[in-house]
Amino acid sequence: MLNDIQDVLREYKGDDELTVTPETSFADLSLDSLDTVELVMSIEDKFGVSIEMNGDVNTVGDLMTAIEKAKQA
Amino acid sequence: MKRVVVTGMGAISPVGNDVDSLWQSLLAGRHGFGPITRFDPKDMKVKLAAEVKDFQPEQYIEKNQIRRMDLFAQYGVAAAVQSVEDSRIFGAVDPERFGVYIGSGVGGISTFLKEAEVLFTRGPSRISPFFIPMMIINMASALVAMRFDAKGPSLPVVSACSSGTNAIGEAFRAIKVGAADAIITGGAEACINPLAIGGFTNCQALTTREDPDSISIPFDQRRDGFVIGEGAGVLVLEELEHAKARGAQIYAEVVGYGNTNDAYHITAPDPSASGSAAMIRQAFAEAGLTADAQTYVNAHGTSTPLNDKTETLALKKALGDAAYQVHISSTKSMTGHMLGAAGGVEAIAAIKVLNSNKVVPTIGYTTPDPECDLDYTPNQVVETPINKALSTSLGFGGHNAGVLFAELED
Repeated sequence: MLNDIQDVLREYKGDDELTVTPETSFADLSLDSLDTVELVMSIEDKFGVSIEMNGDVNTVGDLMTAIEKAKQA
Repeated sequence: MKRVVVTGMGAISPVGNDVDSLWQSLLAGRHGFGPITRFDPKDMKVKLAAEVKDFQPEQYIEKNQIRRMDLFAQYGVAAAVQSVEDSRIFGAVDPERFGVYIGSGVGGISTFLKEAEVLFTRGPSRISPFFIPMMIINMASALVAMRFDAKGPSLPVVSACSSGTNAIGEAFRAIKVGAADAIITGGAEACINPLAIGGFTNCQALTTREDPDSISIPFDQRRDGFVIGEGAGVLVLEELEHAKARGAQIYAEVVGYGNTNDAYHITAPDPSASGSAAMIRQAFAEAGLTADAQTYVNAHGTSTPLNDKTETLALKKALGDAAYQVHISSTKSMTGHMLGAAGGVEAIAAIKVLNSNKVVPTIGYTTPDPECDLDYTPNQVVETPINKALSTSLGFGGHNAGVLFAELED
């Protein structure tokens, strides 16, 4: 899953070298709240899930947890 | 009252993506008309437009910011960057005394169209979080303010095709009364998409002519509608003493502004031309100047049957016999109608005419119209002394705006 998220982020940032870990925050990547919403939309399309955005998705790890939850829902 | 001068200019236009290329095209009588390339116009009555060519936003805007900006805002930021660099004012003005007044007629209508399609095909949950900030008309001004830390007066003007001229006039007023030391001002527009062109077509504003060499023919008897253009024209206006103190180059003084409304019809001009004549009178009266043979008028001149004859009447009503002495042209014969950006680019054309004493022509002109009987500078540049230049714009909703520039005199 981390690799898939990394792919989405690479495409979003236009940076093929970008590497992320679960600890990477969206702020570290200079992404604001609007970017995060747009990214979550891409992730939803990619994983075929619907993620509830409740303000605590700040890091790649948070996003992975949210996707897991959405998959189980 | 303070005096106001122009210290910077920038342009993105269908005939050149900087002020020098724009000016060289206007001098050469080169137009920017061609087949629509932004979308397939096979279902449209209108097949031609004046598109901006080879625009490279990454010259002006960080790569990851470009896709967060509608094209109209990209044009506005690009012309503003050129203008501010030209004026060398960035860092030489108190941010709280530095403003932005960039108008637009319709704003991010291509973004609107794209996201409406998302709504209808994929549902509301897929609408981009950037839809609203990309679409709203004030965003060109806001982005320019962010770019140049301009924390002073900020007023994106919306008055249809008069937006650019009204913005410049209002910026002039703000500096004149001491509310700012400098303001980045003009207009930006980008609406070459099937929704906007279909709409303008059905309100009978656009020509369906298909010969690019005789399509936008202001004041010619054969005229039958305008050609849609796009781009941005942005000036830096500055308080005279502020400009002098930092040794800035000064292109011209802004000496008068007229702003009226026909209060007549949603799209058609008042055939009596009383509102547009009053606007021209106001601009000269504020300057304490009288029109004469050393006056250039960059007319609105859209190439619609009603606009050009009404505008001719307005000039006669406002200027009397001097209407026959002034040098008039419509650069829309080359740029097409850039809507809210027109006033920005045409102010630049007027200032360049003033500085060079070269009156740029109305091209494609062959057939005189008895109702348009003034000197429209047909087809050829005229070299003659010019000491003041009026740029006028008339917009849907009856908006009339004009800004008068003059050579700076002590």
